[in-house]
Amino acid sequence: MAPLTQTNTRQSVVERRIFSWTWLGVAPFFLFVAAFLIWPTLSIIAQSFLDQERRLTLRNILELGHPFIVSSYVYSLQLSAVTAIGGGILGGLLAYAITIGGLPRPLRDAVLSFSGVASNFAGLPLAFAFIATLGQLGVVTQWLRSIGISLYPAFSLYSFWGLSIVYIYFQIPLMVLIMAPAFEGMRREWREAAESLGASSWHYWRYIGLPILLPSILGTMVLLFGNAFGAHATAFQLTGGGSQGNVVTILIGAQISSDALANPGLGNALALGMIVIMGVCIGLYTWLQRLSARWLRS
Amino acid sequence: MLKRFWPWFWFIIGATYFLVPLYATFDFSLRARRGELSFAAYANVLNDIKFVESFWFSFQTALATIVISALVIVPTAYWVQLRMPRLRPVIEFFTLLPFVVPAVVLVFSLARTYNRTPLTDSREGLWVLLVGSYVILSFPYMYRAVDTGLRAINIHDLTEAAQSLGAGWFTILARVIFPNVYTALLSGAFITFAIVMGEFTIAALLAQPAFGPYMNRLASSKVYEPSALAIISFALTWAAIAAMQWIGRGAQARIAGPR
Repeated sequence: MAPLTQTNTRQSVVERRIFSWTWLGVAPFFLFVAAFLIWPTLSIIAQSFLDQERRLTLRNILELGHPFIVSSYVYSLQLSAVTAIGGGILGGLLAYAITIGGLPRPLRDAVLSFSGVASNFAGLPLAFAFIATLGQLGVVTQWLRSIGISLYPAFSLYSFWGLSIVYIYFQIPLMVLIMAPAFEGMRREWREAAESLGASSWHYWRYIGLPILLPSILGTMVLLFGNAFGAHATAFQLTGGGSQGNVVTILIGAQISSDALANPGLGNALALGMIVIMGVCIGLYTWLQRLSARWLRS
Repeated sequence: MLKRFWPWFWFIIGATYFLVPLYATFDFSLRARRGELSFAAYANVLNDIKFVESFWFSFQTALATIVISALVIVPTAYWVQLRMPRLRPVIEFFTLLPFVVPAVVLVFSLARTYNRTPLTDSREGLWVLLVGSYVILSFPYMYRAVDTGLRAINIHDLTEAAQSLGAGWFTILARVIFPNVYTALLSGAFITFAIVMGEFTIAALLAQPAFGPYMNRLASSKVYEPSALAIISFALTWAAIAAMQWIGRGAQARIAGPR
């Protein structure tokens, strides 16, 4: 550690002397982020409080109360919650199975590699895959029909539950990727200590395992929630992306092309609502990660 | 035996969820000709000039994204580690912002903010916006990869050694730092490649002739070809991620942003 502190002091001297020049090194990064992310986002946030004559107004925000928009937000929130919980539970159990569940090591590696791919396999190709699987002509639909179970019209891939099944496909791998290291961070000594005091498997999980893992599990589920809430392409392909689009992201996307809309400020307010919800998600996630870091260093 | 029951049970459930759609898609993609299994759908897709064009367009866009992202991230990560270590959380915060601002909000903001400027009035301008947004999306992966790569080498000693031999900052970056983070850079590059090739939202809303919008258009007129595209896409993603995992052996798998 000694050389390190030495460097640090030398550095701070340098920093004080050529302070302004040092900042120049990170200027390209900040300029880029400012031009393509911060400035546009901030201007959208600011504009959602301005009317067309650039006067302060709350009208755009109040317009979010329109039943059509509220139902869209509710739909998105429900979809995100269902897929975060469903994907979180399935993914969590899978992560448990391949880590401390004691399955053969090659299976663990295979699931982790596959998850790396599957979590990036979203958007249009994923929609295509599920149309080929559970669509009206889908392979699984046909197979079920051949054994006497007809999914349609009771079920539709393009309905809420259909969309949920598709979303969960990319939620599970994300949960596995984040939770597997957390499960592996559980020390065997904790379990041994509990067992030597007479704890059963139930006791161990109820009083030790779950309380330690809970912040991490909840935090990851919050992340999954945001992941689903911001998703656009998959829903666009499945629902057609028409004006009946019931997911918020599709509504926002539709605002870009339709200049004919009565109030262009509405699009800004829609985007603002989305940023606020995503911001809350990331904030919650960070807070829960910090809680879990007390026990798990993974 | 009973003790291992539940882990196996959950593994089989998970594996079924993962593999059945893939199998079904593959099966479906072989049925383009009535009554026989064939690769006709693949042949149709690969022979489609629009497929080749849009694929090539996205390929070039991905390369441009990777080069620009590397040119911004490597000097930044290097400089932050060398001179401004306290700035690292700030940079990390900014690179993680794309998770707070989803792709659709990002492209909406860009389109609105730069409305009626050369950036939205011309084809080239829109392409600049496209690459710019992709570079932003690539930052979380690139920064983390490069930052980890830089931590593995002693940049303070390397810098001093280079300076004592008379090298300027440009030489240090180009001939000492870049070669040393090359593998880390590649692993970030592959995931960026996978993301850009499959991206739909930004490309479609900026009206770009990219691979994503092509897939969307194809799906409205064809039945079997989209599933062939899904398989091709999956293979491509697999190849990119496998290359990334092979290069960064032991490095943790990356997290995808929402798309």
